[in-house]
Amino acid sequence: MKQNFDEIIRMEKISKEFPGVKALTDVSISIKAGEVHAIVGENGAGKSTLIKVLMGVHQKNSGDIYIAGNKVEIRNPIDAQNYGLSAVYQDVTIARHLTVAENFFLGKPPVNRAGLIDWKKMNLKAQEVLDELNLDIDAKKPVRSLSVAQQEMVIIAKKYFEHSKIIIFDEPTALLANEEVEELFSIIRRLRNEGVACIYISHRLEEIFELCDTVSVMKDGRLISTIPVSKTNEDDLISKMVGRTIEDMYSIEHCETGDEALRVEGLTRGGAFENINFNIHKGEVFGIFGLVGSGRTEIVRAIYGADKFDSGEIFLYDNKVRIADPSEAIKKGIGLLPEDRKNEGLTLDTTVENNINMASYRDISKMGFINLKKEKERSLKQIEDMKIKTPSEKQRVVNLSGGNQQKVVIGKWLCCNSNIFIFDEPTVGIDVGAKSEIYRLLENLLAAGNAIIMISSYLPEIIGIADRIMVIHEGQQTGIVKRGDYSEEKLLKLASGL
Amino acid sequence: MLKKLKGSQFPERNLVIILVLLIVILSIASNRFLSYNNIMNLLRQTSIIGVIAVGMTFVIISAGIDLSVGSVLAFSSIIAAMLMKAGVPIPLAIIIALLAGTSLGVLMGILIHNGSVPAFIATLGGMTMVRGAVMLISGARKISGLPPEFKHFAVAKFLGIPGMVWVWFLIIIIGFIIAKYTIFGRNVYAIGSNEEAARLSGIKISKNIYGIYAFCAFTSSVAGILMTTRLGNGVPTSGTGYELDVIAAVVVGGASLSGAVGSILGTVLGTIIIATIRNGGNLLGINPFILDITVGGLIVFAVLFDQLNKKKSR
Repeated sequence: MKQNFDEIIRMEKISKEFPGVKALTDVSISIKAGEVHAIVGENGAGKSTLIKVLMGVHQKNSGDIYIAGNKVEIRNPIDAQNYGLSAVYQDVTIARHLTVAENFFLGKPPVNRAGLIDWKKMNLKAQEVLDELNLDIDAKKPVRSLSVAQQEMVIIAKKYFEHSKIIIFDEPTALLANEEVEELFSIIRRLRNEGVACIYISHRLEEIFELCDTVSVMKDGRLISTIPVSKTNEDDLISKMVGRTIEDMYSIEHCETGDEALRVEGLTRGGAFENINFNIHKGEVFGIFGLVGSGRTEIVRAIYGADKFDSGEIFLYDNKVRIADPSEAIKKGIGLLPEDRKNEGLTLDTTVENNINMASYRDISKMGFINLKKEKERSLKQIEDMKIKTPSEKQRVVNLSGGNQQKVVIGKWLCCNSNIFIFDEPTVGIDVGAKSEIYRLLENLLAAGNAIIMISSYLPEIIGIADRIMVIHEGQQTGIVKRGDYSEEKLLKLASGL
Repeated sequence: MLKKLKGSQFPERNLVIILVLLIVILSIASNRFLSYNNIMNLLRQTSIIGVIAVGMTFVIISAGIDLSVGSVLAFSSIIAAMLMKAGVPIPLAIIIALLAGTSLGVLMGILIHNGSVPAFIATLGGMTMVRGAVMLISGARKISGLPPEFKHFAVAKFLGIPGMVWVWFLIIIIGFIIAKYTIFGRNVYAIGSNEEAARLSGIKISKNIYGIYAFCAFTSSVAGILMTTRLGNGVPTSGTGYELDVIAAVVVGGASLSGAVGSILGTVLGTIIIATIRNGGNLLGINPFILDITVGGLIVFAVLFDQLNKKKSR
């Protein structure tokens, strides 16, 4: 079965453009059977786009893909599957109420002569595969009764069962504990020995040195280099990943910071974050940087009262406060722009006017009755001040572009007279023009003496904008870095827990 | 001119067109259709469903459902009848019955929000439990011997319009004002669109959910009082199966079961359209089974049309 050194997939000069963005430029990578090939790069480097092109989710604009020497066109995910490509995504995609065996045979169960499902054969065959991969899992058990790690193993085993030749692992360890990671690695090694080509994407560089044979570094949609893992080290990889000048776009006018606005002491929630301490001042942008899943969003949601926390104290303007739910946070002048704008920031089916006023109806109503004139005035003012592009204030938000939707969320907090703004990934999925408009809005907020907490995964952005940056790694605060002491290497190291 | 009134500005446009067409066709086909007696008859027959449909509209806009409305109707009807029979003054008996019915809605809301029981299940259980309770306290017998002044309300007319219809109009106006002019009304749409976003915008989900189901139970209780005066008795089986007629009226009125879409005006039009089809069909002597097929088809068509439009705009 060993077919080492046979090239199984080759991508040649793949380019992909989205309106206004060049996501991939001339990326060429080739992967051999029986190889674990890592792809690393910062958020926005183009890793996910490349994977989506491979999996048929996006269509490339130019370039060729060869599988086992033959040129192929992957037009949709079914094509990808037929060519033996499959992906194990972070989110567990499997029918959780069915058994492991049923999942293996989903849609094509073995039947006996009478045309009925042959359960015995199904369970037996599934168990064979599990045993072959040394997995201590009962094929007759429903998937939901297994641990998260075991569920992930089941997905991988299913891909193996389906004879996938190329398996893509996209941040597979994000949800796993240390010993489970070991188990995952041993199954990936076994797949490699069976001649499967594995593409491994992870932010955790130490994993790459433990597991992978070859590593490709991507930056700004281009392939920087492909090198054997034995010929590189973490510092070398980090410098290859970030070696870019920070564009002018990621900068704002900073102003004198004033008194302390918010202080957090010993904030802890078991399993999410531990002993978080920081303060922010009026006129300051306080950045929080960490990898996806590091606990940064959980921290700000706890401060905002959206989730509970176990212990710790929050002070506003040096007064200790209890914030039990978001409505209290709003009354105390805190506004949150959630990371997931569409699912948490806006009610998409209602109007621009409704969304802008949503958190502040109390201020423009008497005995629960809304002053419709004021409602309209306030929405028109925000639309004008922030240049929200919408045909009218009665337009449903779902019809607006991402940038304009984000402005509607900001407008909502401006109407509440908030003075502490929490921006969680404010520019994700927003085009370049709207990004810079949002930075100008940040400047105005700062000049008016507001305090801003900004979470961003994108280093150039957070470095250009924040006055100080707190780095989070697996729920732990690994440092607070001041402007002037920033370097991408330093922040990445802190975020990786090095 | 109708083309100028785009769907987004006036989503009830199509309903108005359908209703006008129906009226024109029926008034040509039957000279009795547009008579005063027939119109009043139609409105009186519709008023009970119409009253509950106003409450149900809020539930459906919030992405919920309430199957217990028919049972709550019977509950308030039996309580009012028993109190009046026991000699409690009519206004007091009505107020107590309305409060009792409304409190059932609050309980349903608590079950749905605090207990995270899906609204369908919570109100399905509620429907069965409340009906059982009604049977138990009434001994499954109708309660007769109500004061004549109370029974008189069913036939009493004010400005030529039956009292029951005035109550319906009043509930429509209250519903319209709540939807358009109050914070609660806006919150219902926000919750139906996206509960988490609403919560993060400081809306207290719990209070609003209680309010939504309480209001629906309130309208059901009002319908219960109307039912009692129309029948002249408290009937423990009254309102059975009404939940589906009410949901049909709201859905034909353009509300979406996935929430955030719907209006009081649409519901009123939906209620009247269904009633007009049934009334006109009876006048023309059309087989009532064919009318069932027509109304059922209308419900499916209303949603189908909406979905096709959505697909087209995408």
